[in-house]
Amino acid sequence: MTDGDWEHFEHGADIGVRGSGPTVEAAFEQAALALTAVIVDPARVAPQTEIEVSCEATDLELLLVDWLNALIYEMASRRMVFSAFDVRIDGNRLAAKARGEAVDTDRHAPAVEVKGATYTELRVDFRDGRWYAQCVVDV
Amino acid sequence: MTEPTVIQLSETEWEIPARGDMRVPAFVFADKTLVDGMESRVFEQLANVAKLPGIVAGAFAMPDAHWGYGFPIGGVAAFDPDDGGVVSMGGVGFDISCGVRTLLTGLSADDILACQSQLADDLLRRIPAGVGSTGAISLAPDEMDAMLRGGARWAVERGWGENADLDRTEEHGCMTDTHPEFVSDRAKERQKQEMGTLGSGNHYLEVQRVTRIYDGAAACAFGLKVGDAVVSIHCGSRGLGHQIGTEALREMVTAAPKLGIRLPDRELACAPVNSEPGQRYLGAMRVAINCALANRQIITHLAREVFARHFPKASLVLLYDVSHNTCKAEVHEVDGRCRHLYVHRKGATRAFGPGHPEIPRAYRDAGQPVLIGGTMGTASYILRGTEAGMKKAFGSACHGAGRSLSRTAARKRWQGKDIVTSLADRGILIRSHSLRGVAEEAPDAYKDVGAVVDAADAAGLAAKVARLEPMICVKG
Repeated sequence: MTDGDWEHFEHGADIGVRGSGPTVEAAFEQAALALTAVIVDPARVAPQTEIEVSCEATDLELLLVDWLNALIYEMASRRMVFSAFDVRIDGNRLAAKARGEAVDTDRHAPAVEVKGATYTELRVDFRDGRWYAQCVVDV
Repeated sequence: MTEPTVIQLSETEWEIPARGDMRVPAFVFADKTLVDGMESRVFEQLANVAKLPGIVAGAFAMPDAHWGYGFPIGGVAAFDPDDGGVVSMGGVGFDISCGVRTLLTGLSADDILACQSQLADDLLRRIPAGVGSTGAISLAPDEMDAMLRGGARWAVERGWGENADLDRTEEHGCMTDTHPEFVSDRAKERQKQEMGTLGSGNHYLEVQRVTRIYDGAAACAFGLKVGDAVVSIHCGSRGLGHQIGTEALREMVTAAPKLGIRLPDRELACAPVNSEPGQRYLGAMRVAINCALANRQIITHLAREVFARHFPKASLVLLYDVSHNTCKAEVHEVDGRCRHLYVHRKGATRAFGPGHPEIPRAYRDAGQPVLIGGTMGTASYILRGTEAGMKKAFGSACHGAGRSLSRTAARKRWQGKDIVTSLADRGILIRSHSLRGVAEEAPDAYKDVGAVVDAADAAGLAAKVARLEPMICVKG
């Protein structure tokens, strides 16, 4: 996991997730952390169990949506939340490891589930020496 | 992009004239306060919808419209397949067939008060709600396909409900022309443990009291009177619908250029109704509608079980079940001609006027029951479809209050605990697994549902019948 930051940004009915870092991989990792933070406080999620995710798209923006949707699928089907990510991007292909644990309603107090990542406010770009990756997720 | 011009036509009707690539004008049904409160992006999104191939008459925004993906939430548009008309995932949304059903209980609000707290606890215990919750029903592949083909009918056949429920559900509880084979394994996998779960966000099960009747004759037909207790359930097609939406959006975005469609916004990803991707999406979307109908039917059964323990003589009778996020094949009269159209309602309710053959016989003279969900601190409303609404917006009305404040802003402004306490002081018991979820759903984060409903009524989209106030709210 590389250094970086994540934040949420406003969207009418839903939530925008934004990650940034020195590399595009770091920005993707941070965007994933922002996704987790929509649901739970990532600090409360122990990175115990590791899963692998891979996806491929024609450009980096579509790859970001695919990456977040792959995580949404894993969270929903495994009933897990993730707090640590290791992303590798080779061309238009992404391979990643995500570490987390099963949802514990009492301990995690999850707020809301995410239905899907959208193309709204979707941007992956390099500005002022930093990579940014963002989109709105539907909750 | 320059902001579209919005021209006032009457107290509750506004027009965005067709300009540039817009094929038809756009119309907003709302009073001035509601229009002033709408983000300019609502008008931009509406103008973009008006650019899609085969759109008929106009792009319409209901009084609760707010910024969505592709279509605004509260957006309605109809497309003619014979004129190159499209089906758009962005016109349906991720939570396909998210909707509301209301059950009559035969009980009074006073009956509920006698055991309110215990009833609330039991409902929370029995009905799986919130992130990570699982239903007691896990479906093997054959049974999954049977559910996807059968919808609420499948649920009733399995013992989760009564035949009479089906007559009071849109499509008699079962969409036809479904194609489970167009649904990915991932979508089915996501649904495996989610049958009979409420979900999260703005989903709920409420016990409500009827506090006001506006239309005595329609209320009588619907079985409502002041002081009655009713149960309303708001939820959708769960993981299956979300995954179908996700996959369809990606497929349509990629396919659009190949089909010669220029998308004004990627979220307006669409395909001609008469195309392979269009038919594939429609087949899968109808499957998701069945999943939502089956889901609400199972939750109905669970609610009946809980009520039976507290009120052995009570019988919960379905008033009606409406879906909000759909694209349906319907026949509408446009300029004196009957046309077969694909009507998208995204965060909007079907509101068929009196006499329509798809309305249950008992309600046919009154018009279709239109169930409008409010917030846990305000009120919900029941309206009826009108003749005027059929002409103005393909028989459509608003679906809820509509958010006025984002989740992030709500979370910063309110504490879930304070909301639960202050609502309890007003006699409304909130039960939730997540206080943060409660904060994000704070009643004040929504528009004034009364104003939204008044605008729908004044615009003639639907007519007010009854007002319902919450007594118990189990939050998803």
